[in-house]
Order: sequence, then C-alpha cells, then structure tokens
Amino acid sequence: MSSAQFVQYLISGITSGSVYALVGLGFTIIYAVTKIINFAQGEFVMLGGLLSFTLIHSAGLPAVPALILSIIIAAAIGAVMYLLAIRPAQKASVVSLIIITIGAAIFIRGIVGQELTKSFVRPPSFSGEESISFLGAHIDPQALWIIGTMVMVTIILHLFLTYTMVGKALKACAINPVASSLVGINPRTMALLAFVLASAVGGIGGVVLAPFTPMSYQSGVMLGLKGFVAAAIGGFRSPVAAVFGGLLLGIVESFAVAANWGPFTSAYKDAIALVVLLLILLVRSGKLAEEERAG
Amino acid sequence: MRNYLKYAVVLVLAVALLALGGMSCSSGGGGGATPTPSAAPYKIGAIFALTGFNSTLGDTEPLAAKMLVDQINANGGINGHHLELTIYDNESDTVKAATLADKLIQDGVLAIIGPTSTGDSNAAKVETAKAEVPLVSCASGSNIVEPAGNNTWTFNTPQLDFVAIERIYTYLQEGNITKVALLTDTAGFGKAGLAQLKREDLLTKYGITIVDAETYGTYDVDMQNQLNNIGKTDAQAVICWGTNPGPAIIARDMKTLKMNIPLICSHGIAFRDFIDIAGTAANGVVFPAGKLPVVDELPATDPQKDFLEKFRADFDSQYGSGRANTFAGHAYDAISMVVQALENMPEGLSTAEARAFIRDYIENDIKDFVGTGGVFNMSPQNHNGLPRTPKEAMILVKIDNMKWTWLQD
Repeated sequence: MSSAQFVQYLISGITSGSVYALVGLGFTIIYAVTKIINFAQGEFVMLGGLLSFTLIHSAGLPAVPALILSIIIAAAIGAVMYLLAIRPAQKASVVSLIIITIGAAIFIRGIVGQELTKSFVRPPSFSGEESISFLGAHIDPQALWIIGTMVMVTIILHLFLTYTMVGKALKACAINPVASSLVGINPRTMALLAFVLASAVGGIGGVVLAPFTPMSYQSGVMLGLKGFVAAAIGGFRSPVAAVFGGLLLGIVESFAVAANWGPFTSAYKDAIALVVLLLILLVRSGKLAEEERAG
Repeated sequence: MRNYLKYAVVLVLAVALLALGGMSCSSGGGGGATPTPSAAPYKIGAIFALTGFNSTLGDTEPLAAKMLVDQINANGGINGHHLELTIYDNESDTVKAATLADKLIQDGVLAIIGPTSTGDSNAAKVETAKAEVPLVSCASGSNIVEPAGNNTWTFNTPQLDFVAIERIYTYLQEGNITKVALLTDTAGFGKAGLAQLKREDLLTKYGITIVDAETYGTYDVDMQNQLNNIGKTDAQAVICWGTNPGPAIIARDMKTLKMNIPLICSHGIAFRDFIDIAGTAANGVVFPAGKLPVVDELPATDPQKDFLEKFRADFDSQYGSGRANTFAGHAYDAISMVVQALENMPEGLSTAEARAFIRDYIENDIKDFVGTGGVFNMSPQNHNGLPRTPKEAMILVKIDNMKWTWLQD
C-alpha cells in the first residue's frame, strides 16, 4: 500500500468513525443519566439528514437556517419521545424502556418514510464538490466538515459537562441519581435534558453526513448499530471514550476492507462492527454484570 | 369485572387493527369510477418495489399499470369484464417478492406483472412457475427468462442485460477502448450482469480485456477502496452494474478521487435520482437505454417516436411532468401484453385454463408488438422478444449538463 493510499484509507476511516462517534456520544449521554440504551439514536442521525434535505429541497430554505432548524427539530423529537414514551413508563424495568426505544425507532422510521420520502436523498455539500489534495490523497471537503464537527461537538460537550452548572448536574445524575436528587437535582429534568442533548448531537451528525453519503429513511438502523458499538467500546460511561471507540471502529472497518482480509470484502463491511461488538461483549460482560448488581 | 373490560378492549383493538391491516395490504383494486361490471372481473396481480432501495425504479411502475387498467375499465373493460389490478409492495426484498407472489396466486390472479428487479423476479418466478401462473417481469436479468425452455411461465419486458452489455462493448470497441475495470453490485441485477460481462465469447468478439473486477454491496456508501484498486491498473474505462444508490455514489467517488477515465453504467440508472444524488459527477456518464429518455431528439422518421411521445404525454398528464421513465415503460409493456392476451381469451375458462391461455398467447402471439422498450417478438425460445442486435436494441445516453442527451455513434 502506498503512503497516499494509506492516507486515503485513514481519512476515510476517520470520517465514518466521526459519525459513529457522534452516535456513540448520544448513546453514552442517555445511558449515563438514565441507564437506558436508546435504540432510536440512529434515527436521530437519519432525521438530521432527511430533514435538512427536505427543508432545502422542498421548503426552499437557504442552507444554514435549514441545517439549524433540522437540528432543532431532531432535538424536539427527542424531547417528545422522552416525554411521551419514556417518562410515563418510568416505573418499568430498564429492559422494558429499551424495548420502548426500539418501538420509537420503528415509529420514527415509518413516519419519515411515509411523510417525507422513501428515496435516497443527498443535500448539497457545504463547500462544493471539488476534492482537496492532502498528502497525495483526495479528500471530499464534506469529510473535513464531518471530522471538524465531531471534534467541535466533543469539545463543547466536554466544556458543558465540566464547567457549567447544568452540565455538572447532568454528570452528577449520571454518577449517583439518588444523591443528586437529595441535593435538589431533579432526575427527570436531567433525563429530559439527556434525551434532548443526545438527539441534538445525533441530528448534527446527520446534517453533516447527508451531503457526503446519500441517506434514506432506513439509514438509521446501521448507524445506530455502529454508534452502539462505539459507545460499547467506551463502556457507555465516558463521552471521550465513545469518540475514541467510534474512530477506532471506523478506521478498523476502512483498513479491513482495504486489505481485503479474508471475508472482509466490502459486502461484509458491516459485519466488522458486529464482530467488534461480540468481542467487547465477551470482554465486558463480566464488568457490566457487576455494575448491574452494584448500581 | 374491570379486568375483563381491559381484555375486551385490547381484543377489539387487535381485531380492528388486523382488519385495517388486511384492507390496506392491497391497493389499487379496480381503479377508476365505473359502472357495475356485467361479468366476473379479470384479476391481474402486480409486485413492485414501492419502498426500499429499488423504489426509485419501482415507484412509477404501478402508475403505468394503473393508467392502462383505468383506461380500459372506463371503456367498459375487456369483453365486458372489468380489470381488477392488485398491487403489492415487496419493499425491494427478494424473500417478500416470493411470499407476495404466493398471496396473489391464492387471490386467484390470472397473471402477475413485475417484480421490479432481477433478484426479486428470480425469487417470484419459482412460485409462479410452480403454480402455473404467467409472470411478466419488469427486470432485466437474462437469467430470469433464459433458457426459455426452463422458464416456460416467465417473460420479461426490459432489454436483457447481455444486450445492454453488447451495446456498451460495441461503443468501447469503436472508441478503441480495450481494457476495462468492472464494479458490480454483489446481489441480483449486478451479479447477473457480472456473469454476462465476463462472458468469453463477448470479450473476444469485441476485443475487451477485464483488467480488474471489483464488487460492492447494495447498501455500501463508500466505494473509494475499490476505485483505488482500479486506479492502480491500466483500465481505460469503468463499467458499473447496479441500480441505486451504488452507481451514483461511485460517480461521486470517482470525481473525488479525480479519476479521469470514463464511467459507463447499465440501463439500471435511467432515473432522475441518479443525477440528483451524483450531482455534477453525473456529467459524462454513458449508459445504454431504450429510446424514451431522449425521445425529443429522435428524428421524425423514427418508428417509435410517436408511440413514446404519446406514452409520455399520457403518463405525465396523469402523474406530473417529467415522471415518465423507462421503468414505467417496462411495466406498461408488461400489462399491455397481458391485456392483449385477455382481449383474445374465450369466455368460460377456469382460472387454471385462463392462466395457461395467457401464457400460450404471450409466448406465441406477441409478434410485432410495439412497446416502449421496442418491438417485441416472443417465441418459445425467446421470452423477452426484443431485438438482440446491439444498435437496433438500444441507444446510448450521455449525461451532459445534468440532463440525458443522445450519444449517437
């Protein structure tokens, strides 16, 4: 493999890894605060993408307002999902709540397919279609937007969680919900905030991804799965670890397919995420069970 | 007492939902506002990919079928028999195509048109052949209808994949291109196409050498790895075989990688979404097709021009400007053949006899049949019926300035 190709594959891996990282961030936020695994996380990415296309294409909005509005709508849907589907069932077991999120995912997918479009869509790229040369590799400028956005979101999220009152309250709720409510933090408000944050982050991911890769109403399934793997690599606790997990998964995928290693032809690319998931579950199953018993 | 009430409510809701589901499963039965029929309706079934990745191909197909059925019913049906068209969505899913074929067969249809794609058609034909129901597929894979002796109950209306490939190879040979790289979808249409692209007799006939054959998965969103591999060879052109969205992504990736060899696709990209998704990367892409995409450029002397213009005018007036495409045409040709068979069918046949009659009619009596895809001549050896000499069967389209233009060679 030449150095130019190495760079090409690496950038390709970091690009897809950045999207997985954003989805993984969403999983991690919700899990940390509510102990729920939100299997609708991938649909928020899909919403970001399809909404931005619909607003630009059918409603004729200019690009920037369309993108911002898409993210806001995705976050609003996350809030509604929490308020209507999760909060009323708060006394149910965590497993039941997870199943509710699966139902919500199917519902969102169906509504989008029915009301928006069933075709693949691709909104216009942010900064044109001419690829950029970098160390001998050709990069689609949209890929740089994706990577840059992921870095920005991670930094802003970290600052929010560490230096703002609300962020610290969120963190506190994640660490110990009982103690937090004793000091006046409302766990239900924090749960709502977690859902809003996670769906906003997902929506942002969708908005930057859609110009790069055509998306359809079913795109959330695979994205959700891979983001789940990213969060699993990070142990569902640390946002930074989820980002690391996402990038790792993206890069492994890219090089495994490039190397044409054994069964990893491009048709089996998605299987790589599942293999990684299996490995993680094998390694961590002991740890997760411990945490369940303790927490 | 309260508990029983709860269960009763749930039970009533469940029954209501099932009833609604059953009713909404089939759509388009009957069509049009027409007076009460004087005789039992002729039931025709249709399976199309209305959702899923092939929906860009499949979404106009039911419209074309309905257009003809509505027209006929408005004029009193065929010999006093209404046409009852039942359309099912197989969701671009091969397994569902077979299950829905079974359902239609049990519903008592006399013939089935569709499915949209090669994989789906090969799945459905197993069921229709078993039940002895004629299937007129709207998909292009030659393995659907060849050899005709093994596919006595199956026909199709699009130009076959190897005819399209020969058209491409003719173009390449005349352009002195001898080395090509392939990039094909691993499933259905792409897989069938690959088998034809690699045929020794065709490669020898047109002097083509395949220097690299890469594949991609139907749902893949990044083909740069494969294109990088192709870039390492001395391929003079890339031939891509697939439908949606693979080829559009490949066009964009080639532009990103600044590859300047031509990209040639199959007739499976003859829909607007290809250009919408690929953007400016679509410019320069060449593909073979029937004449419909460039009907405006055809000379007045072209034998198909009037027919195609009328088809497009009727379709667009009913469904919106610019909606008529080759896929709608394939469905229109399929249902037209079934309709012609029914017009010649005697009264009083049982369902099984009617199905056999339609099959026999299409096989033997569809001669000089003018359709959107061309002029059909079916026979026991040829269940496609379109011409097989490349330049007679298909023209070449080049995408220029984000529009389809006629590439005359």
